[in-house]
Amino acid sequence: MDRSFLEGIALRHGDILKVSDRRKYRMPLMLLALAIYLAASWWFFSIGAVLSRANWTIAGSYLAQWVSYEVRPEFRIADDGTMSLSYGRHSPLGENPEPEWVSLQSEERLVEAAKPAAPSAAAKPAADTGFMIPASPTKPDGAAMPATAEPVRKNVILAADVRFDRSTDMNITPGLVTIDHGGETLSIAIRGGRADPEGPLPAWAEQKRPGEKIVLSFGLTGWAEVSADRVVARNRFFGWANFFFDTSSPFFGKSYAEVLQLILSGERLDPKQSNLSLAWNNICYNAEWQHLDVWTKLLQTIVMAFAGTLFACLVAFPLAFVAARNITGSRLLNQITKRFFDFLRSVDMLIWALFFTRAFGPGPLAGMSAIFFTDTGTLGKLYSEALENIDDRQREGVRSVGASPMEIQRYGVLPQVMPVFASQALYFWESNTRSATVIGAVGAGGIGLKLWEAIRTNSNWHNVAYMVILLLVVVFIFDTISNALRSRLINRNPH
Amino acid sequence: MTRERPTPPVLTDSGAHVERHWNALAARRRAYSLLGLALLLAATVGSLWFANETNAGKFFDRLPYFFDFFRDFVPRDGLEIFRALFDLPSPYDNGSFEYNYPEGRHYLAGGIYLPEYVFKMIETLNIALFSTVVSAVIAFFLAFVAARNMMPNPWLRNLVRRVLEVLRAFPEVVVAGFFLAILSLGPLPAIAAVTLHTVGALGKLFYEVIENADMKAEEGLRAAGANWIERVWFGIVPQVLPNLASYTLLRLEINVRASTIIGAVGGGGIGELLRLSISQNHEAKTLAIVLLLLLTIIAVDHLSAWLRERLVGGQAFRAA
Repeated sequence: MDRSFLEGIALRHGDILKVSDRRKYRMPLMLLALAIYLAASWWFFSIGAVLSRANWTIAGSYLAQWVSYEVRPEFRIADDGTMSLSYGRHSPLGENPEPEWVSLQSEERLVEAAKPAAPSAAAKPAADTGFMIPASPTKPDGAAMPATAEPVRKNVILAADVRFDRSTDMNITPGLVTIDHGGETLSIAIRGGRADPEGPLPAWAEQKRPGEKIVLSFGLTGWAEVSADRVVARNRFFGWANFFFDTSSPFFGKSYAEVLQLILSGERLDPKQSNLSLAWNNICYNAEWQHLDVWTKLLQTIVMAFAGTLFACLVAFPLAFVAARNITGSRLLNQITKRFFDFLRSVDMLIWALFFTRAFGPGPLAGMSAIFFTDTGTLGKLYSEALENIDDRQREGVRSVGASPMEIQRYGVLPQVMPVFASQALYFWESNTRSATVIGAVGAGGIGLKLWEAIRTNSNWHNVAYMVILLLVVVFIFDTISNALRSRLINRNPH
Repeated sequence: MTRERPTPPVLTDSGAHVERHWNALAARRRAYSLLGLALLLAATVGSLWFANETNAGKFFDRLPYFFDFFRDFVPRDGLEIFRALFDLPSPYDNGSFEYNYPEGRHYLAGGIYLPEYVFKMIETLNIALFSTVVSAVIAFFLAFVAARNMMPNPWLRNLVRRVLEVLRAFPEVVVAGFFLAILSLGPLPAIAAVTLHTVGALGKLFYEVIENADMKAEEGLRAAGANWIERVWFGIVPQVLPNLASYTLLRLEINVRASTIIGAVGGGGIGELLRLSISQNHEAKTLAIVLLLLLTIIAVDHLSAWLRERLVGGQAFRAA
């Protein structure tokens, strides 16, 4: 093939090779329109401004909270050069923790009891054991400090060392905080109500104004804040804390083997019930994870989708026969049923959900009814379309042997459409499990609302992660079941 | 059944054998069907009992009040709905939020305004359209990587497929809530939630379409020495584009609903207004929004059905 040959072909078939202007410019024009639309929407939603205002560091920390937890030892530095340590009220380590990554140097001293008891009472020193009992015999429960200025024997911390990981270590004394991170060392002098770094700040430390709080970020292992009167360390650990037993449970802090041994052969921890039922009870009512509540809500979501779809199927089935033009002769009845389906479908699932939440109160009944109403419309439409597309010969065959109208439907129509009907129903069952989560969030019951509440607190992302994983597993299982059943239905009766 | 049945013919030995076998099979089938039905019945009864038990109000206790509730949503006169819809002043205005229709007007120029609900409806529609367009573009690129006939590398292909699966199954509420925490109130969290889900859903449909494409054109291009992009662009895209566009339109219908729901959960738009007006018993406002939503959804459905019919002909979506 040489050039002249090709040109010859081009000359003979010019009408094929010539591209019309409309075809030539269609694609660029469509791309241009797309670009203009995206730019206009960028302006309409002011996406640029919102993205630049967004707090991306918070996003990272929220994401980290999905799979990790923080322990927060907080050192308060008193004026007399002593320190006290607290782990906060809801520490995942329970009360009076003594983690091995915090080492303390302390001694017993006679100190003046502070007059407003609140700060030191709230910051319950960890190293204290027989705290206050000799000093206030009138209040042996130790719940409140005596209001008198009587000197108290008390353990005070003179120096502390917090080890974040192999390359990160923080040494705290009342006058000087020394931090080693990634081979660099930073010393912060604390005196006269100021915190001043000695030497230049490394890249991982930040101070807004001289003398004020210094924030140290160690990446995934945690971060710390050093200011004149306190040092707060946030040590981050991978995993979910206290997933089975919360800090108030007698099983808290025990290894799996110990728990198992207690359940199987240990003495009763609670004389009223066996250890097994105590353990089960403690797991179900775990304050942090609320397993029982989460599983109940999850079951509600599943039930909403299941019962809603099933009833929608049962109602849509007979109505679809009325709506199908080739089965019910009356055009009026066809139109009425079809418009009824359209109405149910077009009034969104959201509207139904909000209405039924008002009517039945929040809970799965509302979600179930919403799914039922919407899907009666959708399934009715699909079913009637399937009925209108059937092969008429089977029906004629059954009719020709003198079958009654019911028998014509049963033997002439149903075998053709049944696999399609069942497959559609299964598909909606599966997809409704997903929608039930969303409408749950507006109050229609199920795990949606619980999920939404956990999200809105902005601090329970580990609970969100737990529920999301449960939901993904449920959706995956239902997806597999529905796919397997559907492919069996379709293969057995090729349509 | 009074009709007389014909007497059955006398069967030969092998015929009787076949009949016995058939009867046995039929009996087993019937037993399975009965078992399935019984299971289904048990599951249903259990579900209903459980739902009723864990609901805030019990079904039979609440049923009598159900119609009271409908009575609460009858407006004071029929025109109120349209006053609420078009932000016209109401004769019942007593300064409360229930009748302050004109306050939500969005003035465009001079005395011309967009009624509040129409504006919010446009916002919701645009959320749906924007997310659909963006995710169709993303899904378009991902689908070629996920399609078996276009991507020989199984690792990359399966990675993209798993990503699409997770995106599809991930609850939209969580995405919306997460972005709400970072981006603060506005339409963006809703856009993010709808977009991520749609990428997963469309990606799957797209790569199935691509896998079903006729490979002859691609083979020809491969023989002529075309590279991967040229093969995709000239061999596959022209075949699949109408189908992809049609799926995108179908998804647009779904997304209009989804963005309304996400809006109600906290993403702005008309959904939030609907939730507020229902919870505060503002009958005319509620009915106005429901009417507007109903009309919009019907309009979008019909527009999309008409466009799809033009794109792929009547066949593709009838035989569901």
